[in-house]
Amino acid sequence: MSGAPGRYELPSLSYRRRLTNAAAGAIFAVAALIALIPLALVIYYLISRGAGAWSKDFFTTDPTGNFLGDPGGVKSALLGTITMVALASALAIPVGIGVALYLVEYGRGSRFAALVRYFVDVMTGVPSIVFGLFIYVTLVLGGVLGSSFAGWKGSVALALLMLPVVTRSAEVVLSLVPDALREAALALGAPRWRVVLRVVLPSALPGLVTGSLLAVARGAGETAPLIFTATIVNATTFNLNSRMNSLPAQIYNDIGQPSDLLIERAWGAALALVSLILLTTLVARLVSARSRLGA
Amino acid sequence: MGVASPAAPRKQRAGFQQSLRGRIADPLFRLVLTGLAGLVLVILIFFFVFLISKARPALAHEGVIDFVFRNDWSPGTNVFRAWPLLVGTLITAATALVIGVPVAVTTAVFIAEYAPRRLAAALTILTELLAAVPSIVYGLWGALVLIPELLTTQQSLSDRLSFMPFVGGMVAGPSYFLAGLILAIMILPIVCAISREVIQTVPTESKEAAMALGATRWEVVRSVILPYSRAGIVGASMLGMGRAVGETIAVVLVIGNSPMIGHSIFDQGYTLASVIVNEFGEAAGDDLKSGALIAAGLVLFVLTLLINGVARALVMRAERRRFRDNHVVASDGVTL
Repeated sequence: MSGAPGRYELPSLSYRRRLTNAAAGAIFAVAALIALIPLALVIYYLISRGAGAWSKDFFTTDPTGNFLGDPGGVKSALLGTITMVALASALAIPVGIGVALYLVEYGRGSRFAALVRYFVDVMTGVPSIVFGLFIYVTLVLGGVLGSSFAGWKGSVALALLMLPVVTRSAEVVLSLVPDALREAALALGAPRWRVVLRVVLPSALPGLVTGSLLAVARGAGETAPLIFTATIVNATTFNLNSRMNSLPAQIYNDIGQPSDLLIERAWGAALALVSLILLTTLVARLVSARSRLGA
Repeated sequence: MGVASPAAPRKQRAGFQQSLRGRIADPLFRLVLTGLAGLVLVILIFFFVFLISKARPALAHEGVIDFVFRNDWSPGTNVFRAWPLLVGTLITAATALVIGVPVAVTTAVFIAEYAPRRLAAALTILTELLAAVPSIVYGLWGALVLIPELLTTQQSLSDRLSFMPFVGGMVAGPSYFLAGLILAIMILPIVCAISREVIQTVPTESKEAAMALGATRWEVVRSVILPYSRAGIVGASMLGMGRAVGETIAVVLVIGNSPMIGHSIFDQGYTLASVIVNEFGEAAGDDLKSGALIAAGLVLFVLTLLINGVARALVMRAERRRFRDNHVVASDGVTL
């Protein structure tokens, strides 16, 4: 990579410096390649071992609970994951965006806002298992609403995990909305709440959608909090106040089983889970890419 | 709002101020949002207080210092001293950093400084995909693929490197090393992404100045980019460490779950997070046992709090410096 041709010839680099430079470049490129190896390996194993498990029955039958013979499919796990993540999103996304709105619209420079922001940061770092443990101790052992393990308790645990992700991404996006827009609306006589609902939120919408979808993707892959709160069952149910199956919990359960069919189902379920999450991530990226083109 | 004449909005506004809705809506809206923000504080405080109160039976049984710093985790005889778990957590996290950080940081440098724009974009997306793979899938892959496939590799590493401390002896399969390897993969995306962002904040003027002095690309990286972004990269690594410390499911499947401190990193072990998921089933209904697991969760929480606190301070300092530098440039522009 030589620069533009000039009249002055730079003295040529010493052999040692040229060699070091080339070696460093090569090492950086190799490191980038190494970083991709695990991704390639994981995807390879997921497809080569999991795709064989996929069939119509795989998605349309519940696990039978049999160790020998037909283990059944993952219908209850798939539907349970979707149900619980949907409820968790319904809890976490409005609250998360609300907190971000407070931070950006009302809390600029206030002590209380700084404290809230700090707590959101702390929440981001809390290991998922600790949230699971918290919900287990409060809601499950406490027998809230007359159930011990229940789907909605799993959703609450997931919502606690998703909340800081939603808030932090929403805060960034909302603070990018130009103040001129807010001032223009206020100058037209619009009250503050109307400015927020009609001007700030719509202009930040694509970014909010992206951040929320990434939080959904994060929630869908969590295992530890669900094992504590919604646990594992075979039958499909939409009763959120009863035990509910989920893909991660089903996989966790199947890994330890001494049966090739169950292991195969674990791979198939893992492939399904990863596909679901990648799809969500992809949609999130497309939304953000489109908004960038529009801007 | 159809604005017909200049008088209309003023009239409308006056109407608003007099109407109940106009007077109440704004404070109400503000109150609701403030309430949501307050909810975060309340949840987290409740969370902390509740965990402490539930951990109390075990902490009172052992004493806080003994619980954390003494080496004996024997749930069978109701002795709960979490030192082996804490040590296991730190060993696996340290292994993850040793393996993961060099790869992550060099990848970040490659993406930010070497790769052409398209390749950089592709690499950014691919490393982010690594973060989208859920931990249960890494656990599945680790338990069913890596443990059998890497058994001989681990054994030969253990034999060849036995001159080093904490290496050597028979390899069983699940080990601190394997858990660290999986954690290294899991923290790679976050360390790489934050390092990249920090590296991109190095002022172009500094890089160009070094190049104008005849520095090669590598010399620019070594003498300008790395020193400038060192604090940020350390912060990024510590954020990765915070992630590694709290990771549960992937670790519980590959670490062997043995409550003794191993003699080598190829021995089996236990971590704070994996003990919770592994033993909570037996602890139900037993205040002491479940208290011990909750206390383990509390230790884990405090540990991540410390690590993340230091990490955030470092990353923020790195970013503030960028702000200050930009500011200097701007004010120079003004004086000219």
